[in-house]
Amino acid sequence: MTEFPLIEVTDLRRTFDVSKPWLERTLARESRQLLKAVDGVSFHIRKGETFALVGESGSGKSTVARMVVGLLEPSGGEVRIAGVPMTGGSHAAERRRLRRRIQMIFQDPFASLDPRWRVGDIIGEPIRAFGVAENRRDVTARAGELLRLVGLDPADAQKFPHEFSGGQRQRIAIARALAADSDFIVCDEPTSALDVSVQAQILNLMRDLQDRLGLTYLFISHNLAVVRHMATTIGVMYLGRLVEVAPARQLFAAPRHPYTRMLLDAVPDLAMSGRPRTPVQGEIPSPISPPSGCTFHPRCGLANDRCRAEAPAPIDGVACHAVAEGRVPELRASA
Amino acid sequence: MSTPATKGIVEPAPAAAAPKARWRWRDSDILASFLSSKVTVLSAIVSVLLIGGSLLAPLVAPTNPFDPATVDLMDSLMPPRWVEGGDPRFLLGTDNQGRDLYSAILYGMRVSLIIGLAGVAIAAVLGIGLGLFAGWVGGRVDAFVMRVADVQLTFPAILIALLIDGVVHGIVGNAQRENTAFAVLILSIGLSFWVQYARTVRGSTMVEKNKDYVQAARLIGIPAPLILLKHVLPNVIGPVLVILTINIALAVITEATLSFLGVGLPPTQPSLGTLIRIGNDFLFSGEWWIVAFPGLTLAAFVLAVNLVGDWLRDALNPKLR
Repeated sequence: MTEFPLIEVTDLRRTFDVSKPWLERTLARESRQLLKAVDGVSFHIRKGETFALVGESGSGKSTVARMVVGLLEPSGGEVRIAGVPMTGGSHAAERRRLRRRIQMIFQDPFASLDPRWRVGDIIGEPIRAFGVAENRRDVTARAGELLRLVGLDPADAQKFPHEFSGGQRQRIAIARALAADSDFIVCDEPTSALDVSVQAQILNLMRDLQDRLGLTYLFISHNLAVVRHMATTIGVMYLGRLVEVAPARQLFAAPRHPYTRMLLDAVPDLAMSGRPRTPVQGEIPSPISPPSGCTFHPRCGLANDRCRAEAPAPIDGVACHAVAEGRVPELRASA
Repeated sequence: MSTPATKGIVEPAPAAAAPKARWRWRDSDILASFLSSKVTVLSAIVSVLLIGGSLLAPLVAPTNPFDPATVDLMDSLMPPRWVEGGDPRFLLGTDNQGRDLYSAILYGMRVSLIIGLAGVAIAAVLGIGLGLFAGWVGGRVDAFVMRVADVQLTFPAILIALLIDGVVHGIVGNAQRENTAFAVLILSIGLSFWVQYARTVRGSTMVEKNKDYVQAARLIGIPAPLILLKHVLPNVIGPVLVILTINIALAVITEATLSFLGVGLPPTQPSLGTLIRIGNDFLFSGEWWIVAFPGLTLAAFVLAVNLVGDWLRDALNPKLR
């Protein structure tokens, strides 16, 4: 692991226009409605590490993932991969080369594999597209190797996706992600569509591959248990903003932001320590009309007038006035 | 058979055998559903007989109704063979020009089929292309294409075909009528039937383009036309095949209607519709066979193809299995 950050995300922003069609809007005298899905997110990932983005539904984590891989144009900010900005006019040739190093594993393995294609062709597509291997024999051989790597049989290349279970399909998706020798994989909730019993297998496979191939992951999840198993560093997202970024161990041991604490308090306690669970209070507000100031203030027990008026800037990985002012009570010892 | 240590190289033998086995299974599945429906089997036999007979018309038909040398006006308006006064040479009787009706039906059916198939082919290519394009690009392009489709949908297909026919004849003149009639009919059917394909394909494309397998293809930099062709099209083509079958029957009817109305094929190149029109003139003077047999053939063909199309729709829909 080098100190050189492979991925640098700076002040990433994305707004979606969710207004009604022009005619309807004009007739109803409504203004445009913009949804700030991602609002100034910055983080960096070092080679070989796993950066996890956690947050409730609608916090913008998938949008960040799609912007990082280039499926979605950012409205503002910048994604740099190996120092090369992925947006803007210059560096087109370098960007094409870098594209090959970035792959994505999608949430739903039933939608991410073309149902009409054989598994061998699905895995072969990036191999061909990036010219890793040209002739049919080499592509087949490479696809077979990849299937073996993810724990499937090379003969499975002749089958269609519907002949596989969810976990096996996700293995195929992983094989495809690795097909062009990519070393940065964005995983958008890769296990949330799977049975609990299969989730662990897939996560172990991903960790195993990371160790063997030196992969770097951007790992999106709403499941803190999964994140604990995978992440080096964790970023907690709330309404399009990163509220806390900390090394995984530290975040679980000593969460600082009130929102992080709330999430951790809601995690089921497998040790049966008898500590009372506090369910997550309230719901994430609409990103179309977010609360003023710190967007978390309506759900935060520590909010004061400053929180309602002024958006906090991240200080030492935490964006919270209460933390900055030392108003957050000491954490109970047991955590 | 294979040792696991063979360094990731797929054995050629099982690789080649696997797809065959799979397809045999799949065929038998559809075959079983096909054989279980007697109506479908019967319709398929009727369709195949009619299509086969018409395509092989020069080999099957006793005479060539297009060749003036073989027709004799003295033989005109003969009743079918089994009716009193019938001639054993003419199974289904003759029309007003002395053409053998049986041969004329086979040849006419061939003309109708070719026009129907070609027209539907144009409609399908145009409709699928526009549907894919509109569904993929979305926004204003989509709105424009779909509004054009909506407007066209408010006119009956016959009216559009009549319009195109009139415009083309206005351009090329009536003298060229016999030479252009064929192409004009095909074009009219093609341009009036594309809307259904466009709407169906556009709807499915909008669903498919947001699926992750399309995103995955975009991610590795596959250009949009290739994604549409290799990923989206195979996934939206199912319903189109059903429309295609049923539309062939509809196109044959449209051709017959246009020819019946006199804007289709001239009497020198009789299609089923032309034959029915000719027969219509003689219906009330007792020569019923000239209109009855081409009409029955048309009805049988359209019914049979529609029933096969219905079966196909159910068989290809995994939710109904």
